[in-house]
Amino acid sequence: MTLCTLRRSMLFLPASSAAMLSTAFVHRPDSIMFDLEDAVALREKDSARLMMFHALRNPVYRELETVVRINPLATPFGLPDLEAAVRAGADVIRLPKTDTAADLLELEAQVERIEMVCGRPRGSTRLMAAIESASGVVNAVAIAMASPRLMGIALAGFDYVVDMQTERGDGTELFYARCAVLHAARAAKIDAFDVVFGDLDDEAGFIREAELARRLGFNGKSLINPRQIELLHNVYAPTAAEAAHAGKVLAAADAAERDGLGVVSLNGKMIDAPIINRARRVLQLAATSGIRR
Amino acid sequence: MEIVQAAMAGTLESSDLLVKVSPHDEGRLELVVSSQVMRQFGGQIRRVALETLARLEVEAGLVVIEDKGALDCAIRARIQAAVLRAARCQELDWRVLA
Repeated sequence: MTLCTLRRSMLFLPASSAAMLSTAFVHRPDSIMFDLEDAVALREKDSARLMMFHALRNPVYRELETVVRINPLATPFGLPDLEAAVRAGADVIRLPKTDTAADLLELEAQVERIEMVCGRPRGSTRLMAAIESASGVVNAVAIAMASPRLMGIALAGFDYVVDMQTERGDGTELFYARCAVLHAARAAKIDAFDVVFGDLDDEAGFIREAELARRLGFNGKSLINPRQIELLHNVYAPTAAEAAHAGKVLAAADAAERDGLGVVSLNGKMIDAPIINRARRVLQLAATSGIRR
Repeated sequence: MEIVQAAMAGTLESSDLLVKVSPHDEGRLELVVSSQVMRQFGGQIRRVALETLARLEVEAGLVVIEDKGALDCAIRARIQAAVLRAARCQELDWRVLA
């Protein structure tokens, strides 16, 4: 079994900010997302695009998964953003405001064209869809299955609650959307990312929301401040008991394989492939995140 | 690339730089660099700036850089942004910008 790429933390980085571009990689999020959309003023779009283009070519960003949130393709900025991001070697393109599978297919066709023109291996640019509206949530399954390039879908809470004529609260307002996006992602065998938590001073609230996202099954969250990375990684770290049990599961599986036994058991309970895979993931998380404090 | 108007890009925030580009009165290329780290990195900043301007084929213009400790990638990006604005250039050739 191949262990999956950890994507607990996806740190937003306004591509117009030289200070953040100079330091963001130090904080070691699982992915860094260069934002060319909402975090960049209209008159700075050109400069931010060039900042992203050159930062991505800097060796310090080659060791992290890099994501670029482009402007929607319907705007004058979307296509130049995409040209720059694909040519600079971005691992993933995040499409904002994805309402239908057709939005993603349009993006896929443009990415394919740019890869051919610039000589980048075909298929090497992955895609992520951000769902930010009721239409996007309703179409989540079709979106999730639209392209083999799609590595994940993300729920974007702020625009979604506006579209739903409500506001951020205790999470009830996002419950259906979270479940719909998550089920679409799991059905398509891709990753799912939870919303940004905007109140940087509410650490307890952030941890509560991160715990909820983890229990529901999200791979991780989009983050807006490096301070949230360690908190989030700790939420995703297994407990000492979980890590110890995972070690016993794998030891039992190894012993059964060594002895040529078809059935694996631990303390009288049968262990099947999903449990073994889950144990491997727990140990992967323990190796990366440590043990939960 | 011909500089046809005054333009600037960047900021004076830490780790950034402000680049001002304008037509030159005498029709030549003049680069003025000031930096908090001039003694240590002044030569490197000038080298990156001149190389970036050469790739853009800027042969005349006044380019003034106020550096606040920017990385080379930020220097390239801000100079390119300022020059493209000053040249009123909309068509980007990413092979040249790379």
